[in-house]
Amino acid sequence: MSISPTWYLSLSVVLFAIGAFGVLVRRNVLIMFMCVELMLNAANLAFVTFARTLHDIGGQVLVFFVLVVAAAEVVVGLGIVVAIFRRRASANADDLHMMKG
Amino acid sequence: MTAWIDLVVTGAHPTIPDVGVFAVAAAIILAGAVGVVVARNPVHSALMLVMTLFGVAVMFVLQQANFLAAVQVIVYAGAIVVLFLFVIMFLGVDREENIAVEPLRGQRPLAVALVVLGATGLLLLGEVSKWTTGQPHVAGTDTGAPNVNLLGKSLYTTYLFPFEATSALLIIAVVGAVVLARRPPATGDAATDEATSGSTAADRPGETGATTEAVAEVGPAVAPADGGATGTTPSGAEVDA
Amino acid sequence: MLQVTYLIILLPLVGFGVLLAAGRRLGDPAAGVVGTCFVGASFLVSVGVYLALLGVHAPVRTYSQNLWTWIPVGGLQVHAALYVDPLSMTMVLFITGISALIHLYSIEYMKGDKDYPKFFLYMNLFVASMLILVLGSNLLVTFVGWEGVGTCSYWLVSFWFTRDSAASAGKKAFVYNRIGDVGFLLAIFLVYDRVHSLNYQVIFANIDKIGSANVTAICLLLLVGVMGKSAQIPLFPWLADAMEGPTPVSALIHAATMVTAGVYLLCRVSPLLHASPAAALTIAIVGAATAFVAATIACAQQDIKKVLAYSTVSQLGYMFLAIGCGAYTAAIFLMVAHAFFKGLLFLGAGSVIHGLHDEQDLKRMGNLRAYLPITFITFAIGWLAIAAVPPLSGFWAKGDVLDNTWAAHPALWVVGIVTAALTAYYMSRLTGLAFFGRDRWADDGDGAVQLDAAHAHHADGVSSEPHESPWVMTVPLWILSFFAAVAGVMAISSSQFSLSNWVDPVFGATLYQNNLSTAALWILAIVDALVVIAFVAIGLRLWSTRSDRPVLEAAFLRGAWYINELYDTVFGRPSERLAAFCAEVVDPRIIDGAVNGVAGAFRGSGTLLRRTQTGYVRNYVAGIAFGTVVVLGFMLTRLWWG
Repeated sequence: MSISPTWYLSLSVVLFAIGAFGVLVRRNVLIMFMCVELMLNAANLAFVTFARTLHDIGGQVLVFFVLVVAAAEVVVGLGIVVAIFRRRASANADDLHMMKG
Repeated sequence: MTAWIDLVVTGAHPTIPDVGVFAVAAAIILAGAVGVVVARNPVHSALMLVMTLFGVAVMFVLQQANFLAAVQVIVYAGAIVVLFLFVIMFLGVDREENIAVEPLRGQRPLAVALVVLGATGLLLLGEVSKWTTGQPHVAGTDTGAPNVNLLGKSLYTTYLFPFEATSALLIIAVVGAVVLARRPPATGDAATDEATSGSTAADRPGETGATTEAVAEVGPAVAPADGGATGTTPSGAEVDA
Repeated sequence: MLQVTYLIILLPLVGFGVLLAAGRRLGDPAAGVVGTCFVGASFLVSVGVYLALLGVHAPVRTYSQNLWTWIPVGGLQVHAALYVDPLSMTMVLFITGISALIHLYSIEYMKGDKDYPKFFLYMNLFVASMLILVLGSNLLVTFVGWEGVGTCSYWLVSFWFTRDSAASAGKKAFVYNRIGDVGFLLAIFLVYDRVHSLNYQVIFANIDKIGSANVTAICLLLLVGVMGKSAQIPLFPWLADAMEGPTPVSALIHAATMVTAGVYLLCRVSPLLHASPAAALTIAIVGAATAFVAATIACAQQDIKKVLAYSTVSQLGYMFLAIGCGAYTAAIFLMVAHAFFKGLLFLGAGSVIHGLHDEQDLKRMGNLRAYLPITFITFAIGWLAIAAVPPLSGFWAKGDVLDNTWAAHPALWVVGIVTAALTAYYMSRLTGLAFFGRDRWADDGDGAVQLDAAHAHHADGVSSEPHESPWVMTVPLWILSFFAAVAGVMAISSSQFSLSNWVDPVFGATLYQNNLSTAALWILAIVDALVVIAFVAIGLRLWSTRSDRPVLEAAFLRGAWYINELYDTVFGRPSERLAAFCAEVVDPRIIDGAVNGVAGAFRGSGTLLRRTQTGYVRNYVAGIAFGTVVVLGFMLTRLWWG
């Protein structure tokens, strides 16, 4: 409680940045997904920090919801990955470029 | 780092145990994050992710969000990452990806530039605008009662509608997942046909001969008629065929 | 009776409507009869209105009838209104009368033509337009009629439009008219600018408000309009080409009515001319010059209709000469007399052409008085009238004009008398070549060259004997010759037919008083008579025996002073080059290029932007990240520098 929120928030920013970098650089769809989870966690950390700073439980409630929605998102996302994999047996994001304009 | 904000907040200096715990947890988090991004094997990435999630849980505890920390471990580390691992094993994508090559031109330098710029921008923004500008006490205070009580009260009164909506969302997600991951409906007694002949599988465009076998073998295990069978046990054993 | 004035215009319009709807079903000759009846009815109504107008006892007899408000737009109020006064009634009477006779004539003349009903349709519309022109009470209604007659002239001249020369002639007539119309329109604009009304009476009441420079400008602009419509220098070449139309058209439009619209207009705006002596002098000079030039050209023409066409231009020149001198009544006298004898001459020429199975070349006629006696007698009356041999109408009318010219501008009188001599000469040449001499039409050589398509039923190249025309065609000839002979009675101021008693009040103080002594008038009359009789004799002597005298038919005159070639070089070729330039360079390269260029630019930018759609998810994520960085940067700059 006595650590300045700035530290938490800075950590959150760095974690988010690492997650973003991972999404941009990795080609394996599942690893990209995990990097998205990193970014979500960074956001959660920021929310909790603000909840503490502003003495508002709403921040924590929001984390709760983020958690639930992240779970749902992972479920559906992995379902899509499975469906894609059935077609072409590759989990490489670069192989899915049929939407090329 | 500026310590004036916490002067505003608490009026107290940070204590050594707090700082130590924070430092260790931060180290765990960052190491795990880097590991997720750098690891070649997806299974290793998943395990690094677990490490990060634990670190974040510790951070939650540090900030008196005990219930959330528990939920984080149970749901995130315990369910979501496990699901990841299931799918990794299921689809046989634990093959290693060649990190050294980057097929998209300029993607890596661009990624580095954007991420660095973004992070710097956010940090600067925080410094300049002092991070917190919002209204306090909208949903109720976060002290004075156990964390669970506070969360529960807020969840079932102020945020009741989002709560209900989220539950609906979960159901939809489950249904969606089942439909997505289901075997495409085949004609007649397709399950056996697909297992014996690889022809129907080969009709589907974009599939190579190797996958046909894998898919055909996975087929009988996850038949639509079964409705609910996960088919993980047989496929897990045969996935390297 | 005066209230039904509008019927005068409405009846031919109804005729036009009936023929438009049912003409094809009525066919040959019912459509012609219908057309003639409507115009005849209009004539009867105009006689009634004339008699009613005689009953108006006022110094200036007028009657206005406002039919409806046409343009009520703020400062411009234009009514569809009719104005009946002696000037307009004179015009209405001879327009409807002569039109009715020519319609009757055409029933037989156009027989067999495949577009028979269309002819009468156009003719009825023409009569209606001409009546609108003369009965209008403001410049705009007059202009509607002006345009109407121009359009009908175009349709009728190019009636046999499958023939290239006819189609071109129609276009030429219309374009020359249009050039004049620009002048007319500019005059209207100027009048409106100064007076804010287009009604004649309002304009005349406010002449001092207009300012003398503007009055001159208005008069000169109206003169430009008149040059186009009445074929004066420099816009006269179209009238000769307009002879491509059927002969009744030439008789009606290009002798009696449309070309006199200019005379009417200038007479109507006499107060304006009175206020601008410079403009009046210009008109007089233009008229005199045109009269002379056209007369010289007529001396060398070989086509019977072209001689008459240039003769019309010449006589119109006389009328404008009179107007320029301020002698409006003399101009009107000549106009009426000219309508009679020129109409007669054209119909007679039509009878000759019809009788010879479409032969129009004078050198191939001859001795027709033996075969076409009625035509010869009536034609001779017309010939002597136009030559101004006493006591026929032409002598009195032309004499009136020349007397006033002598009193106002003696120099122009010389031009006038010379032209009168030439008129007598070339008309005698025409008559001599056509009706005297030997039967040149029976010579060897191919028969009819002229392609009067109406007479396809006769012509198969064999020159059989010329035949006299049936009564439907000769009755109008007799009627017109009667009037051509006796119309001189209008000059007698004590008779009830006196034109000056009837029409002078319209002009009031603007009318020129020549104040010539009786002796001077007698001397001038004797000079006129002697000159024309002498030249009639000369012309007849020269041309009734021989048909070939190249010395007297200079190529320069035959080619109409090469004015067509001049216009072609100065206006025609450059316009063609400009049009070709536009068609080959401006249109495909600049305009199409611009349009296609816009499309090309879009296509190009599309191609360029499409490169961002790579299909790779990671590139799209990079795009999101890029956008986020931009937004962050924006927020930072806002916070740092406000």
